[in-house]
Amino acid sequence: MKILVCITSVPDTTAKISFTQDNTQFNKTGVQFIIGPYDDYALARAVELKEQHGGSLTVLNVGTSDSDPQIRKALAIGADDAIRIDTEPTDSYFVAAQIAEIAQKNSYDLILMGRESIDFNSGVVHGLVGEMLGIPSYSPVMKLEITDGKAEFAREIDGGKEFLEADLPLVLGCQEPIAEWKIPNMRGIMTARSKPLNVVPATPMDDLTVLKKYTLPAPKGECKMIAAEDAEQLIALLRTEAKVL
Amino acid sequence: MSVIIFVELDNGSIKKSSLEAIYYGSKVAESTQTTATVLAIGSAEESALKEAGKFGAQKVLHANDGKLSHENSLAYANVLAQAVEQEGSKIIIMAKSGLGDAVAARVAAKLKAGIVSGVTELPDTSSGFTVTRAIYTGKAFASVELNSDTKVLVVRKNAVEAVATEASASVEVFAPTLQDSDFAATVKNVEKASSELSLTDADIIVSGGRGMKGPDHWDPLLELADALGAATGCSKPVSDLDWRPHHEHIGQTGIKVAPNLYIACGISGAIQHLAGVNGSKCIVVINKDPEAPFFKAADYGIVGDVFDVLPRLTKAVEAAK
Ligand SMILES: Cc1cc2nc3c(=O)[nH]c(=O)nc-3n(C[C@H](O)[C@H](O)[C@H](O)COP(=O)(O)OP(=O)(O)OC[C@H]3O[C@@H](n4cnc5c(N)ncnc54)[C@H](O)[C@@H]3O)c2cc1C
Repeated sequence: MKILVCITSVPDTTAKISFTQDNTQFNKTGVQFIIGPYDDYALARAVELKEQHGGSLTVLNVGTSDSDPQIRKALAIGADDAIRIDTEPTDSYFVAAQIAEIAQKNSYDLILMGRESIDFNSGVVHGLVGEMLGIPSYSPVMKLEITDGKAEFAREIDGGKEFLEADLPLVLGCQEPIAEWKIPNMRGIMTARSKPLNVVPATPMDDLTVLKKYTLPAPKGECKMIAAEDAEQLIALLRTEAKVL
Repeated sequence: MSVIIFVELDNGSIKKSSLEAIYYGSKVAESTQTTATVLAIGSAEESALKEAGKFGAQKVLHANDGKLSHENSLAYANVLAQAVEQEGSKIIIMAKSGLGDAVAARVAAKLKAGIVSGVTELPDTSSGFTVTRAIYTGKAFASVELNSDTKVLVVRKNAVEAVATEASASVEVFAPTLQDSDFAATVKNVEKASSELSLTDADIIVSGGRGMKGPDHWDPLLELADALGAATGCSKPVSDLDWRPHHEHIGQTGIKVAPNLYIACGISGAIQHLAGVNGSKCIVVINKDPEAPFFKAADYGIVGDVFDVLPRLTKAVEAAK
């Protein structure tokens, strides 16, 4: 089985978000970058599936050399090789088109990624890639087993779960509890250094969307404290002051 | 040319978030001098679909093939693409949800359309077509210009304040060509809490954290939710520990919600939890620790024991009814 896992390199979940250059650039100063937490779930499950079924596991990132530490970490966790499409990702469509281009050439059985990136939270790349390749896509997948070339998986739906069975190839957007995050061990870290990281140029395409400017939300007002003895007052305040009841 | 709005049905009625999307779509239609058409897929009474008119739609296309009764993003995207073609639409709108994003993505790829998900405001069409969207899980916003001929917008809850009128929409049967490959997956089973309010649709959410102490202590929270007509949510450790079902997990790695009122009970307010609730209009925090970080993100706070405070709030709600 040939598995492709697409990963993002994103600011740590606790990172302070700010912008520079007249609010047109993300301020990377002091920010730690991580593998997207959802992508990390996808990667963890892919490593387990490879252990069970053999085959190959490739990680792919659309990004600049700034992503290399996250790609090396994915190799240390268990991917065999990596592809980095060397470009600044501009929007979901662009990223999906780059992924689809690579996938077309390599015919993977399974393309896994996180349900969404935690920087832009679009949750559309798996659907775009699936459609571009003409294969089904599902998200958010929280359980995945492969038997005899068939995938059995569970998808979260509004208020519950849906259990599905489908033939490969598939594109799946993953989330917990599909697997537990894996931490690379020393041996993994050592071998990752010599695993191939192939840097390839991006396929040029027109920008369908252009980012103009970032803004930060207005600062939150003071929190109005209500003494526990007067808890009942809260209901009146929600009704008359906040007008949300 | 009309703006087309894909809506989700729940038990034959248009979901609340989709009604909001219709209103949003009708405003976009007004500013681009066209009309708003709704596409509803699945079984529904004509009277329920006419509801779309109250939120500004002129016409509803109803695709009601039995094969479409079960949620299927692949087939729905295919149906939507055909509706877009029939109507000659250039702007496609839907509410943000798992299904909304999945349909939006596939239809965008079919039509080579620019796609923006998480839109928080009406577009600025004074020059070009620019929308504002939430990014970094609500910690920032970006304004994005769409240059593509066809545009797909996935709209977040509360992007507009929807106002209903007495207007009505015409309902037309829409009979698309279905593709077998869209039905290749077999649905083995669906587990769904039937009577439950959907979290992404709810106006009020009462949510519990590890401070609720265990799965057997949830009654006070459920009773308050019941009195308020609220949906219930929880923090990640609570669903990890199986105190509550996974689909209630709110936050960075769970569901993102944007209700009018979010009541957090015994949740510390870790940044990853806040990331899922920062779109809420009003946040109430009940925590026995005055230093709990959640108070910094709250509008109202009560320092107290949830097991003392919650029953009293429930009583106060009942009394005010
Ligand atoms: C990558 C990553 C992603 C994550 N994603 C999420 C996510 O999506 N959602 C999420 O929620 N978390 C997420 N987390 C976990 C997050 O960091 C916190 O650990 C979690 O939110 C804490 O949950 P909690 O507030 O319920 O528990 P705790 O932090 O243990 O807080 C319990 C609170 O209850 C209060 N309390 C205790 N007893 C009472 C009482 N009797 N009355 C009143 N108050 C009481 C305590 O004072 C405390 O503030 C993520 C973490 C990481 C690293």
